[in-house]
Amino acid sequence: MTQTDPLVEIRGLNKYFGSNHVLRDIDFSVARGEVVCVIGPSGSGKSTLLRCVNLLETPQSGTVKVNEQELTDPDCDIDAARRQIGMVFQQFNLFPHHSALDNCTLALTTVLKKKRDEAERIARENLERVGLAEKVDAYPARLSGGQQQRVAIARALSMDPALMLFDEPTSALDPELVGEVLTVMRRLADEGMTMIVVTHEIAFAREVADRVVFMDGGGIVEQGKPSTLLSEPREPRTRDFLKRVLEPVAD
Amino acid sequence: MTNRGAGVGQRKTSPRIRARRIRAVQYAVLVVAFIAAALLADWPQIGRTFFDPGLIRDTVAHGLWLALWNTLVYTAGGFVLGLVAGTLLAMMRLSEVGPYRWLATIYIEFFRGLPALVVFMAFSLLPLAFPGLAMPLPPYGTVWAALGIVGSAYMAETIRAGIQAVPKGQIEAARSLGMSAGQAMWKITLPQAFRIMIPPLTNELIMLIKDSSLVFIVGLSAANFDLTKFGRAAANSNVNITPLVVAGLGYLVITLPLSIIVRRMEAAASKGR
Repeated sequence: MTQTDPLVEIRGLNKYFGSNHVLRDIDFSVARGEVVCVIGPSGSGKSTLLRCVNLLETPQSGTVKVNEQELTDPDCDIDAARRQIGMVFQQFNLFPHHSALDNCTLALTTVLKKKRDEAERIARENLERVGLAEKVDAYPARLSGGQQQRVAIARALSMDPALMLFDEPTSALDPELVGEVLTVMRRLADEGMTMIVVTHEIAFAREVADRVVFMDGGGIVEQGKPSTLLSEPREPRTRDFLKRVLEPVAD
Repeated sequence: MTNRGAGVGQRKTSPRIRARRIRAVQYAVLVVAFIAAALLADWPQIGRTFFDPGLIRDTVAHGLWLALWNTLVYTAGGFVLGLVAGTLLAMMRLSEVGPYRWLATIYIEFFRGLPALVVFMAFSLLPLAFPGLAMPLPPYGTVWAALGIVGSAYMAETIRAGIQAVPKGQIEAARSLGMSAGQAMWKITLPQAFRIMIPPLTNELIMLIKDSSLVFIVGLSAANFDLTKFGRAAANSNVNITPLVVAGLGYLVITLPLSIIVRRMEAAASKGR
């Protein structure tokens, strides 16, 4: 399946910030319906890789193809291409001047030119999907971090994306709020959504991911089934990283 | 331990008591100054030159409200023009296109540094430089353009700072939903930026209200007099400063309610966050 029908196909990707070579010749693809978790130490380039998938970062070389469309092609309508790629940020990035409902309807009405009542119907549906039906009129400032992140997920889902990108979605949350966000993400995965998740939640990766990718120093060091990669990593760098993440107090 | 105890014992007054004493002295000086001024002033003379009751009544009855209205109209037009041009200039300053940035920077530095008086003089002489040039809606066209030019230079910097104060993640979220750069600016960045800019923009509006007193340079007929020009004309013909004092207080009639409205707006805006 991975070979025949990739939803995301990245070839020879290079990204520099100034003289800093953050992504080195990355080849990476994701099949339809696949859930991929990307792990690695900070500065390994995993967030940058994710941000290259919807071209929030412009790579210096290489190609990014999503759903048969080459985003790196200069003739590509990037705004149109991004509509089918939902993104969830570490800092939620909800629009503070809009209610939860309007956070979800805004792109529907301005980008997809949907009628107000249809946009609201879609938005309510998705807020219900993340368990926030009773918070539709709340402004972001009145919501907890976990609730804000779930609104952000509903906002992305409202566009009916073919692919969802998660950039450390639980890293800014208080520990007791992480679970509610991961539960929503797990349900999404069960429904067959294609997902790329940059995360530090190893337990989530083990349980939900079809494939885990370990990145370090701007490259993919190894990847494979979570059971294999997380339990018996081949590379010493992976072993090292996992040891530090899983037993942070040791040494 | 013993050292510390000795240190505390040596200090005779605590900082809080000392601060209270200093404040008492400040109040005393203030009261003495007031009393001295009240005793030294020639009250009947002050009453005659600054607050002549007959002239106050006369000024209010004959033309004060028209002058107040004119000041409002001059300022409002200048402010709207300045806001639109200022927004445009702010976006040019933030543009990735070099020439836009340079043009905006030159404009802002030039008109921000120039006294408003000079801009008004240049504008009233413009028909000399371009024969046949006529500003629309005289005298409003000239006044609005001059106030708009001065105001836009100030407002551009306020608006630029406001736009930059909106977190980058907001634009990224908007773009990742498929909004164009223009839609993200219009729907996401500017509404949030203007909320941040309410206090400094109020300052600039109040400055414009006062700068509108420069319209006399353009040359006006009596029906178009603003507050200051009106007060001065009446003061001259009566050889008494009372009308000018009344006209000056007229500015407060505009600015005080404005301050209250803006304070309310700020409170309402902060509720949503």
